[in-house]
Amino acid sequence: MKLNELTIHELQNKLTQGETTSVEITEAVFDRIDRVEDKLNSFITLLKDSALERAGQADKTIKEGRGGPLTGIPVALKDLLCTKGVLTTCGSHILENFIPPYDATVVKKLQDAGAVFVGKTNMDEFAMGSSTETSYYGITRNPWDLSKIPGGSSGGSATAVAADQCIASLGSDTGGSIRQPASLCGVVGLKPTYGRVSRFGLVAFASSLDQIGPFTKDVEDAAIMMNAIAGYDPSDSTSVPAEVPDYTQCISRGVDGWTIGIPKEYFIEGIDPEVLVAVEKAIKVMEGLGATCVEISLPHTEYCVAIYYVIAPSEASSNLARYDGVRYGFRSTDNRELIDMYKMSRSAGFGDEVKRRIMIGTYSLSSGYYDAYYKKASQVRALLRNDFDEAFKTCDVIMTPVTPTPAFNIGEKMDDPLQMYLCDIFTISCNLAGVPGMSVPCGYAQSGLPLGVQFLAGHFEEGKLLQAASAYEQHSKIERRRPEL
Amino acid sequence: MEYEPVIGLEVHAQLLTDTKIFCGCSTKFGATPNNNTCPICTGMPGVLPVLNKKVVDYTIKMGLATHCRINAVNTWARKNYFYPDLPKGYQITQFAEPIAEHGYVDVETNGEKRRIGITRIHMEEDAGKSIHDEHNPATYVDLNRAGVPLIEIVSEPDMRSAEEGADYLRRLHEVLVYLEICDGNMEEGSFRCDANISLRPKGEEKFGTRTELKNMNSFRHVQRALEYEIKRQQYVLESGGEVVQETRLWDEHQGVTHPMRSKEEAHDYRYFPDPDLVAVHVSEEWIEAIRSTIPELPLQKRERFINEYGIPPYDAGILTTTRALADYYEAVVKQCGNPKIASNWVMGDILGHLKEAKQEISESPVSPEALAAMINLIGDGTISGKIAKEVFEEMWTTGKTPKTVVEEKGLVQITDTTALEQAIEDALTSNPTQLEEYRQGKDKLFGFFVGQVMKLTKGKANPKLVNELLRKKLSGE
Repeated sequence: MKLNELTIHELQNKLTQGETTSVEITEAVFDRIDRVEDKLNSFITLLKDSALERAGQADKTIKEGRGGPLTGIPVALKDLLCTKGVLTTCGSHILENFIPPYDATVVKKLQDAGAVFVGKTNMDEFAMGSSTETSYYGITRNPWDLSKIPGGSSGGSATAVAADQCIASLGSDTGGSIRQPASLCGVVGLKPTYGRVSRFGLVAFASSLDQIGPFTKDVEDAAIMMNAIAGYDPSDSTSVPAEVPDYTQCISRGVDGWTIGIPKEYFIEGIDPEVLVAVEKAIKVMEGLGATCVEISLPHTEYCVAIYYVIAPSEASSNLARYDGVRYGFRSTDNRELIDMYKMSRSAGFGDEVKRRIMIGTYSLSSGYYDAYYKKASQVRALLRNDFDEAFKTCDVIMTPVTPTPAFNIGEKMDDPLQMYLCDIFTISCNLAGVPGMSVPCGYAQSGLPLGVQFLAGHFEEGKLLQAASAYEQHSKIERRRPEL
Repeated sequence: MEYEPVIGLEVHAQLLTDTKIFCGCSTKFGATPNNNTCPICTGMPGVLPVLNKKVVDYTIKMGLATHCRINAVNTWARKNYFYPDLPKGYQITQFAEPIAEHGYVDVETNGEKRRIGITRIHMEEDAGKSIHDEHNPATYVDLNRAGVPLIEIVSEPDMRSAEEGADYLRRLHEVLVYLEICDGNMEEGSFRCDANISLRPKGEEKFGTRTELKNMNSFRHVQRALEYEIKRQQYVLESGGEVVQETRLWDEHQGVTHPMRSKEEAHDYRYFPDPDLVAVHVSEEWIEAIRSTIPELPLQKRERFINEYGIPPYDAGILTTTRALADYYEAVVKQCGNPKIASNWVMGDILGHLKEAKQEISESPVSPEALAAMINLIGDGTISGKIAKEVFEEMWTTGKTPKTVVEEKGLVQITDTTALEQAIEDALTSNPTQLEEYRQGKDKLFGFFVGQVMKLTKGKANPKLVNELLRKKLSGE
């Protein structure tokens, strides 16, 4: 196997034993990028020079015996994580020239852990989308079938890991933007509990829903990444000062005696039969490991999409108000006065989907509509959260499908926003409730496209998530394939 | 018909914290434009606000000082609107749950005491400043002020005259400055006021249509703008018209209010809870800790001065305008034991000189100790009141103690009767005409001779003693 195809923990073994160097790994990664990036478009910005330089430093650190689990590991970052001195576009025209003067907290943490940054990955504009088709910087293609979408919004971070263009990556998940592309690209994706990972430096889409999380090649790598990025940050008031366990300790512990909830509301008509079979098979695997799977009910599930498409656009309409052409980013020069400048800059700077959501959000918050939309949605959100709290009184984890179907065709849903929004039907609830969720590969469709299963756990129970996922991963005997490119 | 004005005021006061409300930037006024800024207060992508707890401390303090109820759970809201000096496109403020509610301030206007209700006090961030270049089609934005903490104090529509409105503002201003949570500088915008005003026929319960007045940057302007607006609305109503609900700007040069362009005020602020901030829970312990730091407030101090020192309410009012002045006065009284004389000197000479020099009481070259020592010199007859004026001038310019000044200038009062008798003798002999007239019954000339004696002694004669001796001499004793 090539170096770029290995996992973090495999590479770490090789690095500490002196079998390879970070420079070699990084070169392998860029060699792969050179060969497949034209087909995929995983990246908006590549950082080859600085990556090789950092890899050299990492090798020194390792030689001195001061290396950690991520030292010298090539990692990609979604292009909405602010990187000091490096273009950060959010997939948008309006930030085409934005170079942040600061690093996101997670970027700093990874840097401190010795990770090597490969580049900034493509994404749906401002993380609004489920297919990575709304980026100003072109679409990203699914490495398993170039005619398919990779999922979104963190599509580039998913494809970069799936196609071995990096070893791991960070994405963000507001309504499924890590788990859905992870599932469609056949990699592991974890969305932490709201408040577990600092959002400082994550360009906001919907502040009460956004969380940063890892894409990795296996569950153990997800634990390693979580160890590096989790924890309270005084710069983010919504991050929680709760102790962070060593997540790698949760690997290989098994699930004997656990109760796993299977919410009936997630097994509805319209799910692709292949997805259904794969998820049911996964549930069987868990039962085989000594877990008891019980049917549960999350009664407010049917409102998830509706709540989400009020709350997320509402917050977005306010979060995106700062892109006004005044201080940074794109400014239209074709204007005579202030209001013109706003209109022209924002009309030309934002894409259709972003504008659609700004309009939905502005409407939901307008006086006269606030009570009927935003306020009502917030109230139902509290009920939904309560559903999960109730469920986790008896269940250790919950298992559901991640997406209703495998990856769909490029362009298939671009003209039908409602169909696109329904892609997130199984992932949204997790963000609304603030609980952690994870997508783990669970097989392949006839077409060869990968499928995923979702694990959900209670607040700050990422440990249980990783424990269940690693048990499943180790015993599911899913054949490991690599996309042919 | 007789109309009654109904006035409510909204005050924005800048809090005297060292750093901004949601980031670590300095709040110092007058820095180079955009020098006191960072990614957070300039609204860069991805940044998050972190609350400065001092802001909560200060606001609780103001809430307690104005008898408000302090709410246990405090949430933050976003007020959305576009303006170049509003970097995030929204202002972080409190909307549904303000920190303090249901308070009051007592005011006295023309001898009438009234209680003005305070609806709410809430915390928020200030916006930056737009500077429009008159010669260039350009607007410059200075974000030094963006994120400076403000409290908004909203009154009930309880005021019934322009004068009462201005008095309420003065009382509020005084409290803020006493608490040392606001410097109260109206010119620099640390204390700003908007007014809501309507008229109704006297005796009517229902409010009339109101207008909102903005752009008044002194107590005087608030009063003048309100007076103008009362007259304007009265004219509109009396000529059969209707008051239009609108925002009007005070034009201090023309002394009138103009309606603001409707485009500038047609806002739907789309308030909603700010998801980047968590609720602030204010415990009873927190409130009590703040309560224990509240000093004696101006109103209490005023009453105490009247009762304890026996000075007139007018004096007490002036001497308690600021905490520093009141402290100064009390220090003088403590060391001279004569409250009224002390009041005269502080109110007259000290304040007069300070005003002329544009200085604060803390900068006075004459310390309370020195002033008290000087008053004591008058009391023990060392110098006369008149000489004291001269001594004071010298103390003010040189900063010397009164004792030094008196000694250096030989200003000690002449209390030696022999010397005074000689001076009287001289005064009488060198003015025989006047002496003759006096003897023939022109009593008024007594004062003339006193003056002559003072002149001969260069003002150093003890006036009381001169009077006594002169009377003796003239009556032939």
